[in-house]
Parts: sequence; C-alpha cells; structure tokens
Amino acid sequence: MSNDSHHEENFLQKYIFSVDHKVIGLQYGITSLLFLFFGFCLMMVMRWQLAYPETSVPIVGWLLGESDILMPEIYNMLGAMHGTIMIFLGVVPLAVGAFGNYIVPLQIGAPDMAFPKLNAASYWSYFIGGVIMLASFFMPEGAARSGWTSYPPLSIFETGQTTWLIGMVFLITSSLLGSMNIIVTIVQLRAPGLSWFRLPFFVWAQFVTAFLLVLAFPPLEAAAVLQLMDRVAHTSFFLPSGLVYSGATVDVYGSGSPLLWQHLFWFLAHPEVYVLILPAMGIVGDVIANNTRKPLWGYKSLVYASVFLGFMSFIVWAHHMFLTGMGQAMSAFFQTTTMIISIPSVVILTAFFISLWGASIRFTTPMLFALAFLPMFGIGGLTGLPLGVGASDIHLHDTYYVIGHFHYVVAPGTIFALFAGIYYWFPKITGRKMSEALGKLHFWPSLIFMNGVFMPMFIQGLAGVSRRLYDGGQLYAHAQDVLQWNEFMSISAFCLAAAQIPFIINVFVSMFNGEKVDRNPWGATTVEWSAPSPPVPHANFEGDVEVYRGPYEYSVPGADKDFSPQTEK
Amino acid sequence: MQIPYIVEERPDTGLNNSKLGIWVFLASEIMLFGGLFSAYVFLRMAAPVGDFAYWGSKLSIPMATFNTIVLISSSVTVIMSWASLKMKDFEKYKMYMGLTLLCAFLFLVVKYFEYTGKFHHGIYPSSSTFMGIYFTLTGLHMLHIIGGMIVMGYFWLPFGNKMWQSDPERFTNRIEVAGLYWHFVDLVWIFLFPILYLL
Repeated sequence: MSNDSHHEENFLQKYIFSVDHKVIGLQYGITSLLFLFFGFCLMMVMRWQLAYPETSVPIVGWLLGESDILMPEIYNMLGAMHGTIMIFLGVVPLAVGAFGNYIVPLQIGAPDMAFPKLNAASYWSYFIGGVIMLASFFMPEGAARSGWTSYPPLSIFETGQTTWLIGMVFLITSSLLGSMNIIVTIVQLRAPGLSWFRLPFFVWAQFVTAFLLVLAFPPLEAAAVLQLMDRVAHTSFFLPSGLVYSGATVDVYGSGSPLLWQHLFWFLAHPEVYVLILPAMGIVGDVIANNTRKPLWGYKSLVYASVFLGFMSFIVWAHHMFLTGMGQAMSAFFQTTTMIISIPSVVILTAFFISLWGASIRFTTPMLFALAFLPMFGIGGLTGLPLGVGASDIHLHDTYYVIGHFHYVVAPGTIFALFAGIYYWFPKITGRKMSEALGKLHFWPSLIFMNGVFMPMFIQGLAGVSRRLYDGGQLYAHAQDVLQWNEFMSISAFCLAAAQIPFIINVFVSMFNGEKVDRNPWGATTVEWSAPSPPVPHANFEGDVEVYRGPYEYSVPGADKDFSPQTEK
Repeated sequence: MQIPYIVEERPDTGLNNSKLGIWVFLASEIMLFGGLFSAYVFLRMAAPVGDFAYWGSKLSIPMATFNTIVLISSSVTVIMSWASLKMKDFEKYKMYMGLTLLCAFLFLVVKYFEYTGKFHHGIYPSSSTFMGIYFTLTGLHMLHIIGGMIVMGYFWLPFGNKMWQSDPERFTNRIEVAGLYWHFVDLVWIFLFPILYLL
C-alpha cells in the first residue's frame, strides 16, 4: 500500500518486490521479451533441422546432448516448448501483463491498480511458472514433448509432462490474479468524467481480454488437474478402455475419453486466440488515431464488436476438432458460430482501414508497425476461414497451412502491434524517444522476413505437408515438390532474428541517449500523456485528474491545435 | 496517493473494490468447478451403464449428510460473525468466527475418515473413473476449505484482527468478502453431495 508521506525505498522494495503497477508492468515486459527471444531461439534450432536435416547445428549444437545433431526427442521438446513459451510466457504476459499493467491505470487516470499486492503476486506467480518451464529442460526426463496442446493419450505416457502441468498451474494462477485486477481497476478506478464511452479503445480491449482470461482459463486448470491425476494417481479420465501403447494393453481402469481433454483444452485455447489479438487491436487503434490526426472511425462499433467478439469466442472452440468424429450436428453448429465470429473481426479491421481514409498520415515507427498489422492480420484472419469450414478443414487440418494461418495472426499481427506499442509508449516510460532511424531499420527487414518465414507455409500446407514432422516431410511423395521452401523459410527466420538487433540496440541506446521529450511528444489526446514522463512513482499524476471529452478528439474544428486532450476543458 | 474506493463504495457502481474483486474471482471459480462438473457428465456418459452408480454406492451417505449439515451451519455462523461486526460486537464476532473454523475442521475430520476408510478397502483414485472424479472433486473442494480456513483463521487470530482497532469498517468488509467465498465453497458441496453420493 502506498503512503502519502514519502519514505525512502531500498533497491529491493523499489525494483524487485515493488507494488507499483509501473514497476510490475516493466518486470512483466522485460521477462516476457526475454521469453519471446528464447522461444524464437528454440524455433531457429528446429528450422535448422528442417532446412538441413540431420546435420550439425551451428553455434548451439553443443547444447543438444552427445551429438550436435538435433534428435527427434529434442525436436519434439523444442516444438512443445516453443508454443508454450511464446503463448503463455511471451505474448500474453507482454500484451496483458506489461501493457495492461503499465498503460491501463494511466489511461483511466488512476494512481495504481485496484489491488497492488495482488498485482505483485501475479507477476511472481508468472515468474515461478516460467522458472519451472525453463528448469524442465534440465531435468532428467526433459521438457514436455506432447505439443503445446498436450493431447492425451500421448501426453499421459510421454516424459516431462508433469513438470509442464505444474508450471501451467502457476501461469494460470498468475493470469487469473492479473485479469481480476484489470477488471476491478477499469470498473472502479476511472477518473471523474471518464465514462464508459470515453475510454480509449485500448482500455476496452484490455477489459474484454481480462474477462476472457478470467472465464476461459479455469476449465484448462480443471483439465490440467485431471491430466495430473492421470499421470500421477493413474486414473483414466483421458484413457479409453483397451488402449494399446507400445504393444501392450495399458493397465488402467479405462472408460475415459481423450476427447474430453480436447473439449476442455480448446474451451480455453480458442478464447486465448482473442486474448492474443484484442490487446494488439487496442494498441493499433490508439496508434492509428494518433498518427492519422483523426478520430478513430466507428469508435462505438469497435467497442461493440470487441465485446461481441469476446462473447462469441466462448462458443467456437470445437472448430479445432472437426476431425475427431464428434458428429455432423456438432460440426455444423461450430462452423456456423465460426463464420459469425469473423464478422466482428472484419468490423474492427474495416474501421481501422476507414480511419486511414483522407488522413495526412505521420509515418512514425509505431505507425509503420500498426499499418503493417492491418494486412498481416488480414491475411491471418482470411486464411482462417477455410479452416473454419469442416469440408476444407479435412484437407488442411494439422498441416503447415494451419501453422502459417495462426502465425500470421500472432507474429506479424500481434507481435507487430506490440512493437508499435513499445515504440509508442517508450517516451512515457523513459522520458526519451526511441531512434526513428533504427526503428525503420527494425521495421522493414522484419516485415519482409516475417512474410518470408510464413508465406511459404501456406504453399506447403496446401500440398498436404503435416506439421510436427521431424524431417519436414522428406518421406512423403506429396511433399517432394514443396520441400525446397524449407531452406528459404529457415534463412528468412535467421534473417528475421538479425533484424531484431537494431531493436535491441535501440532500446538500450535510447534509454540513456535518446532524444529527451516532454510529457506529450506525439501530440496525443488520451489521459496517460498528461502525466509526467516517467509518471510519478505510486501516484502517476501530480494532481487530481478530471476528464472532459472523448478519447480521440483530433483536429476538432475551431480548436487551437490539432489535438484536444481528454483532461483539458 | 491513496487508491480510491477501498472502503467506501463508488457511487455509480455501488461497490467497493474488494467486493467486485471477490465476485469476479468467484466467477472464475464457477468456471473451474463448472469445467470439472462438465467432465463428470462427460465421463458418466462415456462409462458403461451402471458403472458410476455401482461405485457411488460404496460411499457413505450418512457421513456426507452429516458433513452437509456441518457446512451449512458454518455458512450461518460466518454470516453471524459478519453481522456481529456490523453491530460492533467484537466478542460475538470472535465466537461465531471460531464456530465457523470449528465446523470447517469438523468437515475435514469426517472427510479424513471417509478417505482412509476407502484406502483400507483398497479403493484408490485409480480403482475406477467414478472414484477418480470423486477424489479429484472432493480433494479440490477440500483445498478450497483449507484455503478458506487459512484466511478466516488469520482474521480470527490476534495478529490478523488488529485492523478492527485501526479501521473497523475495512475489517468488516474483509469478513464479508471472506464470507462470500465461504458461501461459494459451501455451494460447491451442495452440488457435490447429490452428484457423487445420491445419483
């Protein structure tokens, strides 16, 4: 709890066990960026294997055990952990933990989150979960290798899964605590005058996201408990009667169902997709309005669309399960809801595109990333439609097409938006601007190589190449015509890694030597820009905040400047 | 700077932060147990006919009925402890909260005898799907009981109830919020009792 009186905080209180939402937001941000980098490295090792099968892995080969060739068991481990780390330890903590924590209280004019200690508990729970996941690589049985989806029966028999499940319990707890906090903060701590339809779109996006996390994660926790029981107490919730494994009938009671896991898992994991994308859309909305110097087009439609999106995301989960034989009626229902859920996504994207119409756009680095988000997310979204229809999904299911589809949504989609957010709010956090030249050197190669990595996946997937193959499909006749793309994709991935170097340099150089700026360098309207940069510890604003107008009043006719901040009368 | 609406209610929402927080938390708890109850339904449908009923008949209905009464009584006493604080009667609060903790403890003792009775007969979670879901559901419920006991025990003991001297209104709110959680734990049992013991 913060006090009005100033008391000296020592290093541990100030930077490590702080309850200030800004410090916790930064802790989340730094940890999740490191995890993103680590998850990317795992993928690069896999990409080496796919491009140059069974050859020595350069640089990190000595880490792979006795030989420096990537063995199938390790390949599966890297695959499972790449997914787990990118989603649960990288993108969600960055989008919700870091941006939600740092920006939401500032945008609603609050001194902190509603429950500061709970907020710290959320970060530390996340940290412990991350340590458990990392430690699993060094345990005798190794990390999980049943894919990030952990489908039984495989996940019941494979080694490493118990550690994964325990790590997940910590990560789920963390996101429950964090998202509860965000909901209460937004409902209770809005500054006077900041009514619901004066909230920036980013806050709305975080609000819907927090509800998804609160309501969708617990069923996965239930499923994790059941899977833990199957592994540790030898129950058979997910194991059918008469199951044969390694040539012998499995000695369990039976009568369980692997499908039950899939239902519980996807009940979380589909809303999770919108957890990944909604905060990104929120960032893009704010950045676009700021750099087009125009109000965001269709603000209310955006809000209604994101609320509807959140609601619908709970009833589309079984479109991941068309091939399980769950029946025509079920498939028909979930195809219909899947087609319906694409409507609000299109509404949001269309509103962003129309916002660009007739604007004199400032091509700043955050704006470039936000602009790239639009077509990249568009490709990701549209390629999802054939997967949402049962008939075409039969051909495409579990191929590289699926990988291409969701990576377009998350990598050049969400992660680009998160980069936009980092460049956009960096001056607020440090009081200095990031270098535009290095920013552009980061953006253009990233855009090109992202497409270099993921576009050929559609080609391979349409040819029918399965995902999760250790050799990338070398043994299959139908894969022969498209295998040459593997090398192209892998080289693109390595170049993509190189393209992140300007970003890393930019962060460190700008932190100490960047151009010093005042509190509102972008000429923005939302409340956070009326706080000092960086905001006051444990208070954010120097005085009381009051809000007089909507979030995006740019270029108001008759105003003396082209932006009218929410906090100015 | 002080965080607003910790004790007093925000006029336009009519809630203080903690009360909204606990309701959101309970919503997630409903989803947790909802997921497990759905799993129960799914597994019961997948099991051979009569399998769940056969294994269910091995459970002791008298013990569970006793536990149901114990838990419902504890819900009454937790309300009484909160009402006592509202009427500024701290001694009565101590008594009713003590009774609540006693009920919770009694519940665990009965559950202990139920569990060990099963183990003595060689019945474990792996014995059947029904027993698996029985031990999982009741085990998770017991963890919730223990969690509630830790929180309420803290508010009952002298170092936890110091706030009554410094900020009585906030302390009363804490008891109310803990009570809401306790009612939820009680409610889960009200569902567990019929689906595990009676059906």
